[in-house]
Amino acid sequence: MLFEPMHPTITEAMSEGKTVSVPRAFSPGTLRRARGDLYFQRLTAACALVLPLIMIAIGLALVYYSIPALKKFGPGFFISQEWNPVTQQFGALSSIYGTLVSTFLAMLVAVPLSLAIALFLVELAPPRLSQAVGTMIELLAGIPSIIYGMWGMFVFAPLMAGYVQPWLHTYLGWIPGVGLLFQGPPMGLGMLTAGIILGFMVLPFTCAITRDVFKMVPNVVKESAYGLGATTLEVTAKVTIPYGLVGIIGAFFLGLGRALGETMAVTFVIGNSHKIALGLFYPGNSIASCLANEFAEATEPTYVSSLICLGLVLFVITYGVQVISQMMLKRMYKAWSVGL
Amino acid sequence: MKKFLLFSLALAAALLVAAPVLAQMSINGAGATFPAPLYIKWAYKYNQDKGVKVNYQAIGSGGGIAQIKAKTVDFGGTDEPQKPDFLKEHGIYQFPTVVGGEVAAFNLKGIQAGQLVLDGPTLAKIYLGEITKWNDPAMKKLNPKLNLPDKDITVVHRSDGSGTTFIFTSYLADVSPEFKAKVGVGKEMNWPGKNSVGAKGNSGVAGQVQNIDGAIGYVEYAYAAQNKMAYANMINKAGKVVKPTLESFGAAAANADWKNAPYGYGIDLINEPGDNSWPIVGATYIMIYKDQADAAKGKAVLDFFAWAFKNGGDIARELHYVVLPDSIVKMVEADWAKEITSGGKPIYKK
Repeated sequence: MLFEPMHPTITEAMSEGKTVSVPRAFSPGTLRRARGDLYFQRLTAACALVLPLIMIAIGLALVYYSIPALKKFGPGFFISQEWNPVTQQFGALSSIYGTLVSTFLAMLVAVPLSLAIALFLVELAPPRLSQAVGTMIELLAGIPSIIYGMWGMFVFAPLMAGYVQPWLHTYLGWIPGVGLLFQGPPMGLGMLTAGIILGFMVLPFTCAITRDVFKMVPNVVKESAYGLGATTLEVTAKVTIPYGLVGIIGAFFLGLGRALGETMAVTFVIGNSHKIALGLFYPGNSIASCLANEFAEATEPTYVSSLICLGLVLFVITYGVQVISQMMLKRMYKAWSVGL
Repeated sequence: MKKFLLFSLALAAALLVAAPVLAQMSINGAGATFPAPLYIKWAYKYNQDKGVKVNYQAIGSGGGIAQIKAKTVDFGGTDEPQKPDFLKEHGIYQFPTVVGGEVAAFNLKGIQAGQLVLDGPTLAKIYLGEITKWNDPAMKKLNPKLNLPDKDITVVHRSDGSGTTFIFTSYLADVSPEFKAKVGVGKEMNWPGKNSVGAKGNSGVAGQVQNIDGAIGYVEYAYAAQNKMAYANMINKAGKVVKPTLESFGAAAANADWKNAPYGYGIDLINEPGDNSWPIVGATYIMIYKDQADAAKGKAVLDFFAWAFKNGGDIARELHYVVLPDSIVKMVEADWAKEITSGGKPIYKK
């Protein structure tokens, strides 16, 4: 009862817009404070409204300007691979495919790495080292994406071309099925390089959040496990990770959202080709990279409309991912009713 | 405090008095990125010489066309000449300013600049994805003395819509009916080759070519020259092997049939006749309204370009552009005197 607000019933009633008759015992000062609360609440509500309004406005604009392309190509727009500005034939499939594959690869890189790094920082590293690495992670998160792109193109791509891709092709390329993924010209650009660079970009975000989640796991819980004779590995696998699982998954979805829309870095290394190839060494394109490349010089109405329609697709995918993640997290909270 | 107040008052007064003196004529343009370094340098020199300020924003040809249509600029720049119908519909006059060449730059261990020779049909086949190896018989036939390796060709193209691509595809379509039918001409293409990558901007293509062993890519000559990249010599229409030089670009411009050009000088300078003509050459254009609302501004734009044609040749050469041959400059300036008016009166006098 120590921190209870002074007159909760009045503020509550006023915030709901009801008129309240104030008993005499209240001094005018209290009333003023209550009114101040109301105005403050309205002000913050107005600010909060800006966000959904912008979102709806962008969504509506995307739909409106996509109509010419959708009218011309119909649902075929989403399943056609053809993208030819000369003949004005457009289909979104290669861009959708590229967006999903590069994002999947990015998560494949980011998830295990950020788990390992976060565990090391929280559980195993000496505090000084942990602090230094932690600061570096935050610095990494602040680097503009074009720097990742330039680094990817000038430093990372030649490494991929010279060592990684030939190695993968020789040692994994022969396996029936999986081997098909490791085909294509080893020129250092393409879907795989884009996926890995994206993974590096997502890493600081997922890693920082995962680390914070692990930090919040109560020491009592961990110490009791140690007290029972568990090893560090056992404590990690059976206590720390399950306890923080919901938070960790939330972090990964956040990273996923960032990977989906990343533009400049991908444009530099994905190879920018509107073709779908199973081999990960082949160049591809993503929705965001396609928009960055082609929007500036697109003059024909059908072309512009098709590009905007691509934007709409990305908007829907990103929104869908967020909705799914929210639903999943809610269900997990309910099912386990533990954790962070 | 008092001193500071006095000082700032004095400064403000001085500025007020000086303002009319400082206010100078300024004209604004926007558009193509290809000639932007040159226009900006010209503008700087012109401002020193004549005290007129010329601003040019390199926002791309598409942007230049949009801005002149919206009348937010005094002149627009475009790499792709606009069609006579468009020009007549909007009452816009268009003239060429400078000419530049494009080269096929490559990266192949052991082979230096100027050693490799290509011709149009072979280059088209490379970009069609039909020639995939450096030691293809067609390549060997053109380069009997070179020891070409059994290496895959990686084709690099522009990933962003660009006038450079427009000029390059114009050339390939001109020399190869197959390329014309399968790929066509445009600023943004659907490239057929499997081994092809797209890179953003001239610098992106130059960077990729330098990165990938066995790569070939088309860039403006200035980029290849500045980055000291290896580039191929070409066999021109006359069947002669030519080097990409400012002279061979100029020869192409001089040998082009400007007299019979459609309205707006929208001819391509691709594959021109003449022993010395470089085959992949394009001009960049300026657009200006025929009926100028402000006669002084319209005249200032024309004066600037007249000055540039007369005095800007050396600056252009330094930056690897070629100004138009004199005969064409005379034709263009004669046009100005007739076509550009304000209130029905011509505003430009020779």
